Amino acid sequence: MSMQLLLGNEAIGLGAIRAGVNVVTGYPGTPSTEVLETIAKHNTGDIYVEWSVNEKVALEVAAGASYAGARVLVTMKQVGLNVASDPLMSLAYIGVKGGMVVLVADDPGPISSQTEQDTRLFAKYAHLPVFDPTTPEEAYLMIEDAFLLSEKYQTPVIFRPTTRICHACASVEIKDNTDKHLIEGFVKDPKWTIFPRLSYQNHIKILENEKSIANSFNTYPYNVITGNGTKGIIASGVAYTYAKEVIKEAGLEVKLFKLTTPHPFPEALALKFLQGLEEVLIIEELEPVLEHTIIQLCGVHHLNIKIRGKDSNDLPHAGEYTYESVQKAIDVFLEREQALASEKVMPVLPIRPPVLCAGCPHRASFYSVKKAMQNQKAIFTGDIGCYTLGNAKPLDMVDTCLCMGAGVTIAQGLSRVEKGTKQIAFIGDSTFFHTGIPGIINAVYNETDLTIIILDNSTTAMTGHQPHPGTGHTMMGSISQKISIEKVLQGIQVNFIKKVNPLDLQKAIESVTEATNYKGVSVVIFEAPCIALAKKIETMIIKECCTGCKRCIKEIGCPALSMQEGKAVIDKDLCYGCKLCTQICKCDAIGVRA
Amino acid sequence: MEKNCLLAGVGGQGTVLASKLIAQTTLNQGEFVRTSETIGMAQRGGCVVSHVRIGSKEMSSAIPKQKADIIIGFELAETVRAMPFLKKEGVVVANTSVITPITAALTGGYDSEMMKNYLREEAMKVVFVDGKTLCDKVGSSKVLNVVMLGVCIKEGILPFTKEELIQTITTYLPEKFQKINIKALEAGYNYKNNEG
Repeated sequence: MSMQLLLGNEAIGLGAIRAGVNVVTGYPGTPSTEVLETIAKHNTGDIYVEWSVNEKVALEVAAGASYAGARVLVTMKQVGLNVASDPLMSLAYIGVKGGMVVLVADDPGPISSQTEQDTRLFAKYAHLPVFDPTTPEEAYLMIEDAFLLSEKYQTPVIFRPTTRICHACASVEIKDNTDKHLIEGFVKDPKWTIFPRLSYQNHIKILENEKSIANSFNTYPYNVITGNGTKGIIASGVAYTYAKEVIKEAGLEVKLFKLTTPHPFPEALALKFLQGLEEVLIIEELEPVLEHTIIQLCGVHHLNIKIRGKDSNDLPHAGEYTYESVQKAIDVFLEREQALASEKVMPVLPIRPPVLCAGCPHRASFYSVKKAMQNQKAIFTGDIGCYTLGNAKPLDMVDTCLCMGAGVTIAQGLSRVEKGTKQIAFIGDSTFFHTGIPGIINAVYNETDLTIIILDNSTTAMTGHQPHPGTGHTMMGSISQKISIEKVLQGIQVNFIKKVNPLDLQKAIESVTEATNYKGVSVVIFEAPCIALAKKIETMIIKECCTGCKRCIKEIGCPALSMQEGKAVIDKDLCYGCKLCTQICKCDAIGVRA
Repeated sequence: MEKNCLLAGVGGQGTVLASKLIAQTTLNQGEFVRTSETIGMAQRGGCVVSHVRIGSKEMSSAIPKQKADIIIGFELAETVRAMPFLKKEGVVVANTSVITPITAALTGGYDSEMMKNYLREEAMKVVFVDGKTLCDKVGSSKVLNVVMLGVCIKEGILPFTKEELIQTITTYLPEKFQKINIKALEAGYNYKNNEG
């Protein structure tokens, strides 16, 4: 045993290894990414690990391995579960053989996501058990329980940490022993083929299992009741740690229920907690999942208990909770005096929206399209990735962004009704493989007039540079044959394809002009590596002749450029030497630093 | 021992690594430690805050407002932004260099004197560090985080010695980065601050 400082996601990854996981698949997504990366890093070679092309594929690959008896882990962020929901809903009926844990990281806030959807509700909808840890060290221990539960009841199990657990570090006691799981192999059986009749029978079985699992959660060691009184607090996830700290700090007399298994709900334990209470406050981020369950429970059992939480407006439905918001709710609930916040007026602080890095080739790609289209009506549909940041001024080149792969398809819908407007869709390389290809096939086959700009920086940049089929390497350390985006496009009969380096501005603008003049589906592939992976080229410097016209700053918004004493200056530490600014300066005032 | 340490900066300045170094060094001493990090989209030039809580087994990983013993500010405006977290008797160590966001680049940035005055008024003790000059001396802009830790150790506000941090650096950082980080640590440790 040893104490290690681990990120929540590292703790979960190491916990899965300890639990004897055999196959791990996933698609990168903040805040879930580091789980799979940790397993790959500590893999001694007997675990198969892959970043799959998307979450649906990841889940199905893992399901196959589980059918054969392997313990499997699938990782994704909450919106990834939407992509994987088709196989998961059916798999809930078919069941698994080797323990299958589907790790879905939720993102209250949201901090880096499109939605604040709550995976606990999804678990309830899909009739799947869900574990909801409160700390990294608890997650480390709990992941093993998830595998064992899955194997015992032959059902996929959802493991649902949130950002503040995934991206929090803690001292975690690492156990030395690893569970070796033996794989029996696939046994042919009609039970693996879903049919209406089988689904009907399995539906009944799932509901029976749910009751048994709920029962086992009544005695689950991480569901804990402490304290006394006629007022009680139920808390889950990271909000539990805030509640516990508030109670400890103020030495409050209150009954506290830590609930780590929201579904199926451990009714007997909850009833034990509710006994003797007059009022309950429920503290949970996102949807009022526990709150509604408690309301239902009180109804069924005719308990005269006042239930407070989101529906009573004691706590907000949207956004993440903080120590302060939880403290306020508890103070009101216990009729305590409110701590007065005495915040002094601060100086006006600069707004700091995230931006494309200095030297990022996406800046040049967006700028060249902007230039090429400056005198025409055009709609620019964006997609998910670093390049969503192309929406910021001065580029202002993302008119829509919905979900993975939707840029290419939304443009098609727009083209059917927005006559006389050019449709230009941006998509990154990893997103192209994720869900981009079917949309492009749809555009070609239905003869859509559309220009697609593929931003190929040879990596999955936003989530921290994971490999994808275009990169030529895998999480097992092997070198694979790269899948050529150009050849895929040729294969699906895109007849106009241009490959250009966006940092060659003139050529880039010409290519976009040519592509948008083409009737039908045209594609420009902008190829230039993510600067976080490439070596710095050189550093640029502003020459004496700078007139201070601010053109470079106004046109491209590079974070390395700013004004000082009437002239532009370049931050030498940020500058990467992409030379986009030199191609924009009208007075040749930007040169290479010696 | 209970100690709350907040690190504030801009994406790319190395706050996450600095918080890990503090956490790992205190863990090596047998303390329970938690941190909370900003990872993801905000790392692209956005505001980044790291929380380090020493002796925090029964606490959450985020420092409540007015509970930070130390604020280590990597960028002046971000230090000001973090001030609601500082305890009455807390200490601020602030880099005086500024990073101008693009939104302010056209107008020439913000008033750094005003930020400094605010820090002087609000904190019982504030140590200003000319991080840029120190980094130039070390020869890399990437070591600001460790320079700042060096200053904090010299000020006696971190619960470990310079040697203990060097131990962490040589154990946990890749070999090629160890030498320059130790140099940065020494530079920060030997820093004489001329501003009050």
